[in-house]
Amino acid sequence: MNGATPLAGRVVRLGDDVNTDIVLAGEYLNMTDPDELALHLLERFEPPVADRIGQGTVLLAGRAFGGGSSREQAVLAIVARGVTALVAASFARIFFRNAVNLGLPAVECPDAWRDVADGDEVTIDLASGTLTRPVDGAVWSFPIPSPFVADLLAAGGLEEWTRQRLASLGSG
Amino acid sequence: MHRLWEVALSTTYRSDSRPAGLTTKILAGHGAGDAKPGALATVSCDLVMMNDVSGSLAMRAFERMGAVRVFDPERVVLVADHFVPAKDVRSAELVADLRRFAQRYGIEHYYELGRTEEAGIEHTLLPELGLIAPGSLIAGGDSHTCTYGAFGALGLGFGSTDIASALALGEVWVRMPETIRIEFVGQPGPWTAGKDLILAVLRQTGSSGAAYGALEFWGDVVDELSVDDRMALCNMAIESGAKSGICAPNAAVLEWLDARSVPRVDALVADEEGYDHVLRVDVDGLPPLVACPPDPAAVIAIDELPSGLRLDQVYVGNCSNGTLSDLRQLVAGLAGRRVARGTRLMVVPASNAIHRAAMTEGLIETLVMAGAVIVPPTCGACFGGHMGILGRGERALATTNRNFRGRMGHADSEVYLSNAAVAGASAAAGAIVDPRAS
Ligand code: SF4
Repeated sequence: MNGATPLAGRVVRLGDDVNTDIVLAGEYLNMTDPDELALHLLERFEPPVADRIGQGTVLLAGRAFGGGSSREQAVLAIVARGVTALVAASFARIFFRNAVNLGLPAVECPDAWRDVADGDEVTIDLASGTLTRPVDGAVWSFPIPSPFVADLLAAGGLEEWTRQRLASLGSG
Repeated sequence: MHRLWEVALSTTYRSDSRPAGLTTKILAGHGAGDAKPGALATVSCDLVMMNDVSGSLAMRAFERMGAVRVFDPERVVLVADHFVPAKDVRSAELVADLRRFAQRYGIEHYYELGRTEEAGIEHTLLPELGLIAPGSLIAGGDSHTCTYGAFGALGLGFGSTDIASALALGEVWVRMPETIRIEFVGQPGPWTAGKDLILAVLRQTGSSGAAYGALEFWGDVVDELSVDDRMALCNMAIESGAKSGICAPNAAVLEWLDARSVPRVDALVADEEGYDHVLRVDVDGLPPLVACPPDPAAVIAIDELPSGLRLDQVYVGNCSNGTLSDLRQLVAGLAGRRVARGTRLMVVPASNAIHRAAMTEGLIETLVMAGAVIVPPTCGACFGGHMGILGRGERALATTNRNFRGRMGHADSEVYLSNAAVAGASAAAGAIVDPRAS
């Protein structure tokens, strides 16, 4: 996940207050296989969107995306589906952490939530903090990730970051 | 056991240079120094906790990180609570994985219903075991880790990869929160409890009004609150979008800690002026409140509800309101009546200790004779796992903390949230009713 390469994808719009119970229902938390979890992604979201989420999707949500339960299975299912990035007017704290910890870019951009339509193709450049719609050249800006979050994303997530940290400490 | 507190006691913030609340002082004392709100900091953990659901992914990530030991086996707590007693083969395997992890890494603090003498829902169990000390910082693989704020401890919820990293390194990264002093004013009316105080807060903040913030509860009513009610209060802090909720230890907490030989931290004093925001919450004469589906912050007074909301199920349990106080309130709300025909009453004491105490007091017998089903201490149906799942179109009243769409079962089922006395009166009526009127 190199911040220098813009991410590209087609937008699937969700709503405000899409909590993790909606992203992945509790009954599936006895599963551990990401591909199996991915089959149940946003299963209960109205109107149905699950069929349109796949490789190269950018999920665009409103306020408080991912509130509620800390279940990382929700983000794991999103990643397994091939989603490129998350964009939201705002994120719930744990969900945001889970995304960047799994190497999935998550950017807060209320203007994009206001303006960008379902199905739009967009590119996201983390380094410059811009989201662009190439078809008409429209550009929205968002705060660039803090250096630590950028490091995490560059490492591919917290797992690799901690692996390097343990190696440098010379202990496991 | 005492070694557990060395870090908390030695690193507690002692500077009086800048007024601050408990959250800021605890973070500062655990390595954040004087980092300002919004800045990132790395803080040490006094305790790292995970359960059968968060643990399943955390254990795998931990091993992929190349870790060969946990940072301190005495400071790791594993609780099998979500899918116990094992609901199916997969659940049995999650629990077995957790048990093996405990054995492999020499973790003594492993709790599993039926297998260990003490067991129950994590956030009820840890304080009961004397594992939560004021001033300590707990990283939990569960969003309701904020419950430990009841004891003046900072409980922060995380996902599995964060927990895996914390298991390996004994630290986590945090964004320093803006702090919000919640100033309760006045005395609530009859038939209210800790649940109604936090619902009153949520009515004002909405479900994301305190996003990324840290709540601290102040006011005479908080000083007088029982431990059980304080846990109910802090438990639902996250439902405002906050990362934590905390109150300064009061006499009831100190008595609880002394009974478990948990050292006190006398230096831990919150400064009234040390907050980024203050929110006044008037609770004078507060009536019982109800949160309407599908939002824990969609709170209204019980007498504003349309009458005749028939109930298929009443569920009393979970980490916010499954305590002995709640079971007493439930029995008071039932007031000697039987559960209405056509309504199920599921009662889930949140721990073995609570179950035992409720038996000694005769509460369990009263409840069973009234027609209740007693469910063993488990997260159960609270998160839609098992033991009381709702079908299509069913409506429930629960003392739990979330009523999101489909939370307890079918996407087209409904959950209302209330205190346990309301639950008791409503179980007897078969519909949501005001205990003051029945
Ligand atoms: S009782 Fe419910 S809210 Fe509490 S830890 Fe268990 S699943 Fe989570």
